[in-house]
Amino acid sequence: MSELTIKSTGQMISTETIDGDIATLNLGPTHPATHGIFQNILKVDGERILSAEPTIGYIHRAFEKLAERRPYNQITPITDRLNYCSSPINNIGWHMTVEKLAGIEVPKRVDYMRVIVMELARIADHLVCNSVIGVDTGALTGFTYMFQEREKIYELYEEICGARLTTNLGRIGGFERDFNDIFHAKLNAFLKEFPANFDEFDRLLTRNRIFMDRVIGAGPITAERAVEYSFSGPNLRAAGLDYDVRVMNPYSSYQDFDFSIPVGKDGDTYDRFVVRQEEIRQSLSIIRQALDKMPAGDFHANVPEFYLPPKEEVYRSMESLIYHFKIVMGETTIPAGEVYHSVEGANGELGYYLVSDGGRTPYRLHFRRPCFIYYQAYPEMIVDSVLSDAILTMSSMNVIAGELDA
Amino acid sequence: MVNIVESPEGVEGQGFFATSLDKVIGLARANSIWPLPFATSCCGIEFMATMGANYDLARFGSERLAFTPRQTDLLMVMGTISKKMAPVLKQVYDQMAEPKWVLSVGACACSGGIFDTYSVLQGIDKVIPVDVYVPGCPPRPEQIIEGLMKIQELAKNESLRRRDTDEYAKMLESYNIEQAK
Amino acid sequence: MNNEILMASILEQTNNTAVCSVDQYDMLNVNIQANQLIDLVESLKNKQGFIYLTDICAAHYPERVGSEFEVIYHLHNLVENQRVRLKVGLSESEINVPTLTGLFAGANWMERETFDFYGVNFVGHPDLRRILNMDDMDYHPLRKQYALEDETRTDKNDTFFGR
Repeated sequence: MSELTIKSTGQMISTETIDGDIATLNLGPTHPATHGIFQNILKVDGERILSAEPTIGYIHRAFEKLAERRPYNQITPITDRLNYCSSPINNIGWHMTVEKLAGIEVPKRVDYMRVIVMELARIADHLVCNSVIGVDTGALTGFTYMFQEREKIYELYEEICGARLTTNLGRIGGFERDFNDIFHAKLNAFLKEFPANFDEFDRLLTRNRIFMDRVIGAGPITAERAVEYSFSGPNLRAAGLDYDVRVMNPYSSYQDFDFSIPVGKDGDTYDRFVVRQEEIRQSLSIIRQALDKMPAGDFHANVPEFYLPPKEEVYRSMESLIYHFKIVMGETTIPAGEVYHSVEGANGELGYYLVSDGGRTPYRLHFRRPCFIYYQAYPEMIVDSVLSDAILTMSSMNVIAGELDA
Repeated sequence: MVNIVESPEGVEGQGFFATSLDKVIGLARANSIWPLPFATSCCGIEFMATMGANYDLARFGSERLAFTPRQTDLLMVMGTISKKMAPVLKQVYDQMAEPKWVLSVGACACSGGIFDTYSVLQGIDKVIPVDVYVPGCPPRPEQIIEGLMKIQELAKNESLRRRDTDEYAKMLESYNIEQAK
Repeated sequence: MNNEILMASILEQTNNTAVCSVDQYDMLNVNIQANQLIDLVESLKNKQGFIYLTDICAAHYPERVGSEFEVIYHLHNLVENQRVRLKVGLSESEINVPTLTGLFAGANWMERETFDFYGVNFVGHPDLRRILNMDDMDYHPLRKQYALEDETRTDKNDTFFGR
């Protein structure tokens, strides 16, 4: 058993050496196995990693500075690009933050619609992550199957907002339009077909001996260390702690639904994979419940100062024209104050810390990006493992470059 | 029915087919483009969809994704390139062997897009020459495929001597790129 | 444990020097001095169960002379589901605050990011370097006096729209 020591820089290094022939390996920033641009300078002894030093910021786009120059409704497209595998969660989280600041109550129907969209996004995100774990173990088949299913989710987004990936979905106060019949038809078809296809994917990997041998024990982290590192989302739950914002601080009427929070035991790649698989099933169940219990009502709150009036009204009535102008030009008044709101993003607690001085733009907006926070544990998780496990650990942590670097 | 590429113009007779060499080479190049996906952000996910079963980039002879720059023909830049990333991009371009093409996918790669900020490079054409621009934020897979088809068109019709011309050398010089001999 | 009990214990801990208030969103805000931070966070973590560091960020208020910068900490008690927000005001000339890396491993990058954006010097941080921006950047971009835009962009110099 080797010994791990913590260097003065807070970096973990391993002291055990085999023959003392240590090489330095530059992994990234453009490396086919890293799924995004992360650079790691690895010290390797043979294939075993002795230390890793991550460098990030290769797609730093200054979201927080950009947000200080934009009216509230124009910030939604920025949030799209945080975790672009599940944009609707980011959009809706931002809308809820502004609603919390402005004290807007949305109708129950909006909550349920949001839940459906957010859970679809969660499924889409977990599908990418889990199928990519498969790719990294050499199983490309699952990837091609699951990307076909993801296309169906994209088609559902298209019915709601017209876009596939960067959705800019919804508005402050609700939705831009109600779910239409095509959406319902497609969603029902998806709910009917997806579980069978998903089970096929599940059978390909989850109890596959080769896959299990490959991923069990790769990149583990204990629950204590995970909390120390402020992990959240599936990665924290895989380590064995059942913290889920949806349950802890229910938003958007999540308390109305019956679902369970899967937890793992060892926090390794296999646990992370299985936790995500189970979360997909729970999300499906939530979507079904939301569809069954969908209340009647309006698809947006009655807040003319934030919610754009229908276009035909703009042409006909003076008030609508004024509101339209004010919203589009970003001249709506918003109370001063500061608010922290968090949602359960696809890979953890996605928080918005918003400081408003009553002006047309936020005074300060900080995104709590789960990726950024848990990626710093990466060196600790891969030290003393082999290089191929390091790649698996990275893909199973679901580090999304856009969210990491903001 | 598999759609095989059309043969170039030429003289055909019993047992022979004659055409010019550059047409044959153009045909071969255009239909065996090996892309190097330089995917940094959102557009990269759309590229994954393009590679997936529904859109299937392999139909255009480009299923062989090569991640080593030395063995690729097409640099597909997808996503925001920050100033921190720009030297890396330039180095990757440098390492590619001639003939090489560059496809700039998405608003960020083309012009910086909505990110007119201190940290983002305002278009990759500030550091490397670009052949085809694909607009969109992100572009749909169909658009990416159309961009690739435009590259195929360029590859097919390119003169064999184009990369030896002074004009080409000057263009590279303006980007401070040394031409590989 | 509700906010009142927590507030009382924080006031006791800081000899009534902390300024506490509960905002309309039911979040306890605590303004403290930089030298009180470590003791307070340590007692919150070890005695009050705030084992989860949600976030660290900063904000710049150029018009508040004497405390132009504010470092904001969000802590979370996962058992009782309670959050608390700590704020430390710093002046531009004396922009030092002790690091939390000794208490939370996750504070490392959050503090590096805050340093990168605002130049807040976290005293005792093991590796206080820029994290998102390039190493040779010579200013802290999120301070209010610096422009958002890239200076090299040439296609947007329209006098009426754009710049």
